[in-house]
Amino acid sequence: MYVYDAIDQQMLDERVQQYRGQTERFLRGELSETEFLPLRLQNGLYIQRLAPMLRVCIPYGMLSSAQLRKLAYLSRHYDKGFAHISTRQNIQYNWPRLEQVPDILAELARVQMHAIQTSGNCIRNVTTDQYAGVAEDELEDPRPWCEIVRQWATFHPEFAYLPRKFKIAICGSASDRAATQLHDIGLELVRDANGETAFRVLVGGGLGRTPVIATPIHECLPQQHLLTYLEAILRIYNQYGRRDNKYKARIKILVRAMGAEKFREKVDAEWDVLKDGAATLTEDAIARAKAAFTRPAYDSLDPLAASTALRQQSSADPGFANWLQRNVQPHQVAGYSIVNLSLKATGIAPGDVSAEQMEVIADMADNWSMGEIRTTHQQNLVLGDVRQSDLLSLWKKAVEHNLATPNIGYLTDIVCCPGGDYCALANAVSIPIAEALQRRFDDLDYVYDLGRIDLNISGCMNACSHHHIGHIGILGVDKKGREYYQVSLGGNADKDASLGKILGPAFEPDEIPDVIAKILETFIELRQADEPFIATYRRVGMSPFKERVYATIA
Amino acid sequence: MPQLLKEGSIVADSWRLQSQLEDAAPVPDGKLILPLGAWESRRDQLLNRPDTGVWLDSDEEPSRIADDLEHLDLLAINFPVFSDGRGYSYARLLRERYAYHGELRAIGDVLVDQLFFLKRCGFDAFALRDDQDIEAAKAAFGAFSESYQAATDQAVPLFRRR
Repeated sequence: MYVYDAIDQQMLDERVQQYRGQTERFLRGELSETEFLPLRLQNGLYIQRLAPMLRVCIPYGMLSSAQLRKLAYLSRHYDKGFAHISTRQNIQYNWPRLEQVPDILAELARVQMHAIQTSGNCIRNVTTDQYAGVAEDELEDPRPWCEIVRQWATFHPEFAYLPRKFKIAICGSASDRAATQLHDIGLELVRDANGETAFRVLVGGGLGRTPVIATPIHECLPQQHLLTYLEAILRIYNQYGRRDNKYKARIKILVRAMGAEKFREKVDAEWDVLKDGAATLTEDAIARAKAAFTRPAYDSLDPLAASTALRQQSSADPGFANWLQRNVQPHQVAGYSIVNLSLKATGIAPGDVSAEQMEVIADMADNWSMGEIRTTHQQNLVLGDVRQSDLLSLWKKAVEHNLATPNIGYLTDIVCCPGGDYCALANAVSIPIAEALQRRFDDLDYVYDLGRIDLNISGCMNACSHHHIGHIGILGVDKKGREYYQVSLGGNADKDASLGKILGPAFEPDEIPDVIAKILETFIELRQADEPFIATYRRVGMSPFKERVYATIA
Repeated sequence: MPQLLKEGSIVADSWRLQSQLEDAAPVPDGKLILPLGAWESRRDQLLNRPDTGVWLDSDEEPSRIADDLEHLDLLAINFPVFSDGRGYSYARLLRERYAYHGELRAIGDVLVDQLFFLKRCGFDAFALRDDQDIEAAKAAFGAFSESYQAATDQAVPLFRRR
C-alpha cells in the first residue's frame, strides 16, 4: 500500500486545519450556506434527509487493518455503529454532526485517511479493480497509476471548480471490473508495440440522467504522458463544459455536443503544448509509485497439497464447499486465494457494515491477508491474499459474523444506494426493495441456477447504484408524490459494456418481486444451456420479457 | 480608494474598473481596466494609450487578447460567481502559454477560500468581494506548505522533487 511521507502528511494536516477554520466561520455565520457548500462537499460532507452524510475516501479501494479499525472507532463515536460502502469504493457515515466533522477528519488524518474531493465539482476518488495486483487475468497492477493520478488530482488548483464532478477509473486486466467505460475518463492499461506500458484512454462515459458509454480518444498513450494528457482533457472540459445547466454539465455532454472528433482535436492541440512539460512522468516517479505496491512476501506453497486439503475440507462441510465456489477467486500466486466478504446478507442494507464487523474484518486481515482489505464498487469487501490453508478458519469466522453469504455475483448480491431512507436526492426508497427481493429469492439453489446476474437498484436518476449497467436495473421514480419503479434489462459493465433498456411502464413497489420473478422465469425458459442472463437477453431481445411481464399484469 | 490584495499585502487600488463602455462614449482618463469588447472594437485608438488594462469575463478566452499582451499594463479575469472555475484555466494559459508577466487580477466574486488556488494559477492581485475580511485573506495564502502539481507558482511537480 502507499504510505504517506512527511510531505503527504503535512498537506493532509493542513487540510484538516483549513476545514476546521471554514466550519467555525460557517457556524459563526461568517460564511454563507452557498459559500460553505463547495468547501464542505470537497471535504465529503453532504446535508441529507435526516442528518449530514460524510463520505470518507478509500483511495482506489485499498485499506489497511489499522485504517479499518479507525473507521470502526469513528462509527461508534460519531455515528450509530455502522457505515456504508458506496459504489465508488468509498465509505459513508450517515449520522455525523456537522460541527464534529473537523474532529472526525483529524482522527482520519492520523491513519492517513481523509474525505478530500469525495464530493463536489472536482476530480473524485480514482477507482479500480478490487482484485488489483492479485487477479489472475491482470496485465499490470493499476494501483501505482491510481496513486500517481491521486496525487495529481489532490488539491489540483485549476480543477477545483469544474462544471461538474469528474470521475476517473483505471483497469489493468482482461476483464473490466472497474467499469472504465462508464467514467468521465476511463484508463485501460495496454502494451505498446515495444511491450511498454501505455494507456487506452476513453472519455465521456457516465451514468446519471444521460447514460453514455465512453468513446476512445487515444488508443495507446505512452505512460510518461499520462498526466499531461489528463491535464489537457480537463483543461478543455473546464473551459468548454456547460455551466448553465447542471444536468448538461458533465463531460459526456460536451463530447457529444462537440463531436468526439472535434473534442479529440481540441485535446490534442492543448496536449501538443503540455506534452513533455514538467508534468511528464519520470522513471523515478513511476518507480516510486510502483515500489508502494510490490508483491508481498508470499510463501512458496505446494498448490497440490493445498488443493487436496481444500477438497477434503469441502467434502466434510458442504457449506464451506459452497462458499468456496461462490465467494473465493483464483489468485496469481499458487496456494493463495482472493476472498470476497459479502455485505449482502438478507435483512441488512446492501453495503452496510457494523463497527463490530469492521473490527473482526481488520483482525481477519491481520491474521490471514497481509493486513489489507479492499472495498468493491459492488459494495462488498475483499481479502486479497489468503493462503488456501487458512480458508476454512477464515470462513468459520466470517460465518460467525454474517460475512459469508455465498452470493457474490449472483442475483441477491444487489447493488443498492441508500435511497429515500437517507438520501435527500432520492425519489424513492431502494433498501426495502432490495430486501423484498432477497426475501423472495431466498432459495439459493434457484439463485445459483440463474448464474451470474447483476441487479442494481437506484433510488433516483442520479444512478448512484449504476442501474443502467445492471443486467437487471431498477430505478425509483416519483409519480405525483408516489414511489414507482422502472425496470430495465440488458445493461452490462464489462468490456462489452451496454446500457439497459427500459422494459415498459413503471411498477408499484409491491409488484417488483413478481415482476422480477417473471423476468427470471422467461429467462429460464429461453436460456440455452448455461447461458448467462445477459447473453440470453442479447440473443432474444426485450419482447419476450415485456410480453410476459405486462400480459399477466393487464 | 478601494483596497486590493497584491503580492500578499493590502494596497490601495489606483485602477478604475470600467464595467462597460458604450461604442460612442469617450474613453475616460486615468488608469482604466476596460472590457475586452471595448478593447477589440477600439484597438487602434487604445494601442498607445498609457495606463490601460483589459478584463476578461468568464466566457472570454485568453486567446482573444493573446496578441496584444505587450500593450497592456494589467489584465483582470472576472468571476461572475466564485464557482465558475474557467478563470483558473485562463490564468494558467495567460502565464504559461502566452507568457504574460504583468499584473493578473481576480475580480468579481473573489472570496477568501479560493485565494490559495487562484494564486497557484497565476493571479497576483485580488480585488476581494466587499464583505470579505481582507486581513484574514492574507493568511489563506499559507493554507498549504506544499503542492503535488506543477502550476504557475511552482514549475516542478512534487514527484520530481521527492
